[in-house]
Amino acid sequence: MASAVIESSKREGRLHVTLSGDWTLARLPTPIATLEDRLQELTANDAVWDLSAISRIDSVGAILLWRAWGRRWPGSLEALASHRSALERAATIPMDRRSSQRKERFAWVYVLGGLILAAGKNMRDIVALIGQLLLDTGHLFAHPGEFPWREFSANLFKSGAQALPVTALVGFLIGVVLSFLSSLQLKTFGADIYIVNLLGISIIRELGPVIVAVLVAGRSGSAMTAQIGVMRVTQELDALATMGISRSLRLIFPKVLALSLAMPLLVVWCAAAGIIGGMVSANLEMGLSYGYFIDALPKVVPVANVWIGIGKGFFFGMLIALIACHFGLKVRPNTESLSAKTTTAVVTAITVVIIVDAIFALLTRNVGMPGGG
Amino acid sequence: MSASDVQAIEVRGLSTRFGETVIHRDVDLDVEVGQMLGLVGGSGSGKTTLLRAIVGLLVPNKGSVKLFGESVFDADPTIRRNLRRRFGMLFQQGALFSALSVYDNIAFPLRELRVLDEDMISELVYLKLGMVELEPRHAQLMPAELSGGMIKRVALARALSLEPELLVLDEPTAGLDPDLADNFVKLIRMLQKELGFTVVMVTHDLETLAGLATRVAVLAEQRIIACGTPAEVLAVDHPFIRNFFCSEHAGAVMQKGIV
Ligand SMILES: Nc1ncnc2c1ncn2[C@@H]1O[C@H](COP(=O)(O)OP(=O)(O)O)[C@@H](O)[C@H]1O
Ligand SMILES: [Mg+2]
Repeated sequence: MASAVIESSKREGRLHVTLSGDWTLARLPTPIATLEDRLQELTANDAVWDLSAISRIDSVGAILLWRAWGRRWPGSLEALASHRSALERAATIPMDRRSSQRKERFAWVYVLGGLILAAGKNMRDIVALIGQLLLDTGHLFAHPGEFPWREFSANLFKSGAQALPVTALVGFLIGVVLSFLSSLQLKTFGADIYIVNLLGISIIRELGPVIVAVLVAGRSGSAMTAQIGVMRVTQELDALATMGISRSLRLIFPKVLALSLAMPLLVVWCAAAGIIGGMVSANLEMGLSYGYFIDALPKVVPVANVWIGIGKGFFFGMLIALIACHFGLKVRPNTESLSAKTTTAVVTAITVVIIVDAIFALLTRNVGMPGGG
Repeated sequence: MSASDVQAIEVRGLSTRFGETVIHRDVDLDVEVGQMLGLVGGSGSGKTTLLRAIVGLLVPNKGSVKLFGESVFDADPTIRRNLRRRFGMLFQQGALFSALSVYDNIAFPLRELRVLDEDMISELVYLKLGMVELEPRHAQLMPAELSGGMIKRVALARALSLEPELLVLDEPTAGLDPDLADNFVKLIRMLQKELGFTVVMVTHDLETLAGLATRVAVLAEQRIIACGTPAEVLAVDHPFIRNFFCSEHAGAVMQKGIV
């Protein structure tokens, strides 16, 4: 099988072009541009085209010729009927196809505006989601039989119980590192015993909730977004709707409730692991006895700190689940949107948690400090 | 034309199983260039699995598959790649890339070739769209915005985009309403006449079979129990064939198709 061949000769004062071989995508010589240039050059001379020796022509070959001819039939053309139909098909391609995309001069203004509008819309939708969940809660008070127990316990298990090992491990290691680094500093002042105050306050009040929030956002938040998103892609959400099952009641409410309950417990668990890690490290580094550490802890860390930690856990858990579900519902039915929304959900959740944590710190600055409140 | 002594598809002694379940036992199948073979069989009889083995998505437990005289599992990657460009597959569910628009779905295999300029690709895409009777304005839609029939058409356009010599269709008309199915059959028949490709298709639908297939293969009891022209297959005496073709309605459809 020969690839595309062009032969030209001058007869009776006119240029005769004979094409032969296979004019198909698989057999066209590369680069195609040289072939096209040659064809265009021949077209310029008002040639007689003889295509009857072509063995096969597909749409690539046909478009190539049609373009070379300047989208007109040449003055004289000889071709087999079947090849002619391929050319005729190429001739029917619409000309005004693509709405050419204009380049905006102030593109960044549009981008910025788009971002702000999107943020506003997300905010509004999350508020609407919260409202819907409140309505659901009211509905459940009226119809306690409809409480989604199975979904609730499944979520509690997945985002709570299954997160115990990783939160304990991370908490413990942070405790060890923090205690080790602080004890180096404290020793130089001879203030060894303040390690208890330092670790107690920072881990229980601040680090525990934030660490757990970051872990849970990455673990459960992403899973929730992906789950709801895939349900959109596979039309399971629509199937639920046609069965008259409220997706907010059956999918979102149990997730938000489960995470709001599981997170405070995880915070306590993680903080405990962190304190133990710090205690072990302090014992090894400075010879502080376990007995002293345990005895001193409740004396120097007001119990209000535990409540602040638990309260943060509750709020962070609720926010993470809300944000994850919100972005899950925003997934459009394609894979790209699924991955983009999952990323956005996790990043937004972590950012919002940190912001809310700062607000918490401001509001509670007089509470739970030794000597202060 | 390809050398006529080479078969488009040559399956020899193919056996496949999933775990303990045997799906195919010693299946032989030949499809000549330019034929349109309809593969029929009960639900779960392994039709899709056979297609997957033919196009090299599944390694058979035993036996060999050759397309145009070459193995899809050839040791030479260039042969494998060139072979894979010679056939197009239409999946049962369309399998369009959900993140790409209709335009980009069809352009995707063309861009992968890296020999065509973007202008040419654009012309080809609109040509293929026209071939499957879609409008230029549909090009910017996303797969999720398409109806079932449109998904099949776009998938067909994508399967056709590399000008395949072999078209593998898995239930091309399943889930389409009779009118659309009819149009689809006409479309494939017209394209086949013009482009001369070989077709292998799985179908449950007798109308599609009667309208397209020049040959019929029947898959039952883990092997091909009959393969030949529709008339030859109808003459085979086997409970499945009697059931499948010889209900009153089916008989009428097939007779109409054969004539
Ligand atoms: N990946 C797989 N793993 C296990 N079993 C499979 C797999 N794919 C198909 N099967 C089984 O093989 C059989 C044939 O499937 P398939 O070829 O899809 O049937 P059909 O003829 O309806 O297209 C079915 O019983 C199916 O359950
Ligand atoms: Mg199937």
